[in-house]
Amino acid sequence: MPETVTFFLFAALAVIASLLVIGQRNPMYSVLLLIASFGALSGLYIQLEAPFVAVAQIIIYAGAIMVLFLFVVMLLNAPKEDAAEWDRTHPLRQPGVARWGTLLVGLLIVQLAMALLAVREYHTPVGAQSDATAVNSVAEMGRSIFTRHTFAFEATSILILVAMVGAVVLARREGDQ
Amino acid sequence: MHAAGAVARAARGDGGALMAESLRSTWEWFQPFLRPTVIGVMIFIVFNALIMASAILVLAERKIMGFMQQRYGPYLVGPHGMLQPIADILKLVFKEELRPKGADKWLFTLAPVLSIVTAFVAFATVPFGAETTFFGLLDDPIKLGIADVNVAVLVVFSVTSMGVYGIVLAGWASNSKYSLFGGLRAAAQMISYELAYATSLAAVILLAGSLSLREIVDSQQGSWFGALPQWYLFLQPIGFIIYVIAGVAETNRAPFDFPEAEQELVAGYNTEYSSVRFALFPQAEYINMVTMSAVATDLYLGGWHFPGVPPEYGWIVFLAKVSFFLFVYIWMRWTVPRYRYDQLMMFGWKYLFPASVLNLIATAALVLYLNA
Amino acid sequence: MIPLSYYLILSAMLFAIGAAGVFLRRNLITILLSVEIMLNAVNLTFVAFGRFAGDLDGQIITFFVMTVAAAEAAVGLALVIALFRHRESLNPDAFTTLKW
Repeated sequence: MPETVTFFLFAALAVIASLLVIGQRNPMYSVLLLIASFGALSGLYIQLEAPFVAVAQIIIYAGAIMVLFLFVVMLLNAPKEDAAEWDRTHPLRQPGVARWGTLLVGLLIVQLAMALLAVREYHTPVGAQSDATAVNSVAEMGRSIFTRHTFAFEATSILILVAMVGAVVLARREGDQ
Repeated sequence: MHAAGAVARAARGDGGALMAESLRSTWEWFQPFLRPTVIGVMIFIVFNALIMASAILVLAERKIMGFMQQRYGPYLVGPHGMLQPIADILKLVFKEELRPKGADKWLFTLAPVLSIVTAFVAFATVPFGAETTFFGLLDDPIKLGIADVNVAVLVVFSVTSMGVYGIVLAGWASNSKYSLFGGLRAAAQMISYELAYATSLAAVILLAGSLSLREIVDSQQGSWFGALPQWYLFLQPIGFIIYVIAGVAETNRAPFDFPEAEQELVAGYNTEYSSVRFALFPQAEYINMVTMSAVATDLYLGGWHFPGVPPEYGWIVFLAKVSFFLFVYIWMRWTVPRYRYDQLMMFGWKYLFPASVLNLIATAALVLYLNA
Repeated sequence: MIPLSYYLILSAMLFAIGAAGVFLRRNLITILLSVEIMLNAVNLTFVAFGRFAGDLDGQIITFFVMTVAAAEAAVGLALVIALFRHRESLNPDAFTTLKW
């Protein structure tokens, strides 16, 4: 029972925060609302018995990536979108998009619901399978990353290096040595 | 039946026994609520202790600064100036709450709230004492600490990295270019030193084999040759120094407080703040200091273990060690000149971070070699 | 006990919200934020299925997805800064030089 309450609480927070993120005119507010959404998702990960992923979500996403977004928004002094232009050009105000878009969204929801209802075993609670013991040890995760997934780990480290170099090069001013 | 007997005794003039009887039955009724109440009282005490700690640190800083500068610190309010923090708090509370006209309405108030909330939450997973039954009051021992999670080290790290937002939003919401750049510089400094912080943490985790602060402390009990405590301070001296320096930089203190000291020159991230909103920033800073000292004690100084001290009194040992760290913090501030911002960033990236990576590699190699 | 389908529906909603943000918003930074929402929805699906199957691989894949998201956000924001310096605008409609 308390599990259900916390699930719906975090889920509602995540969905509402995400909806507000895409609906804000001020990019600063969007970034802060997204941080709230990440916090809610972190709570969901804890409920799914994945504490390391939950903490990594806060450290990496909310603590590093969003700080980067915040820095860029502040440095560029990202302007708030103009209200009149917003009302005029908003896609949802154009009749074609509104009609066909609603139809498409409705069809997608129906299809998703049909697919989920058709698969019987997705209705069992998470973790009720007899062989589904909760493996949440960080040591186990480390062991697995460094033995089975070594290649992916090394590739990711090269990816980060490339991204770092690329970000520095791309954001440099012209004429700097 | 009991009541009848009690009434009969009372009728004979034995009122004391009636009192004892009702007290005992109340106590038995209360039993199932005893454990939550004790835990609640402990949390209440810790919360208030953190707030009192920031008040005491204000006084301690000014007195120690005074004595280091060969003068008395605050002397007038209360005996030897002991009530000075109360005077400071009263003055701050009665000031006018200003908000610049162009400042963002929500973010201006959100920034100090974020700072103080992350400061408190960071202390939530730090244990400060061994398991205790409070001398037989409880049946099962409770652990002295607000929460015991098995990834406690990472939780502290993640919450302190959220503390960056308070400063950066304060700089932004003040709607002043100087405040903005002060806030951005402070944030850049904090995230740069997080690297060295995390890597020195990783070396300790390697030695202890666990991410839980309580287990890291418990792996430091006992002593070598009966005298030298088995603290990680002696196994990881370089890591300890790196951790303390990174911790000082994280809290924007001592030689790394250029973004704050900018106030004396141009403007800092909290120039536009006044009264209660302002008071929350230094309070958050002091609580962060306490948290950093507590985590350093747990990681390197053996937490509440000391050879010869029984575990029930471990929290006193813990308090003494944390006080020692806080004294070092204050001592450093008034002894060492502050770094210029570019020197600060160069030190963090080019010297401290490579040193901590080398420390980690050396520790890993030694652990592998000695276990093989 | 929460059924797996609840987590999947939540993840699908978040993914749809992110996709809507990418299509509908005319601000480069908000578009990047919507991409992050989509990546988070995917992470949630991985962790939910991982717990459902009792396997640790779900969490490990999440770890890699987060790393890739960080790298992509860094490069994306560097591009945004470079573009902003050119046109002083964050509206993707301002960058139409390659259009025929």
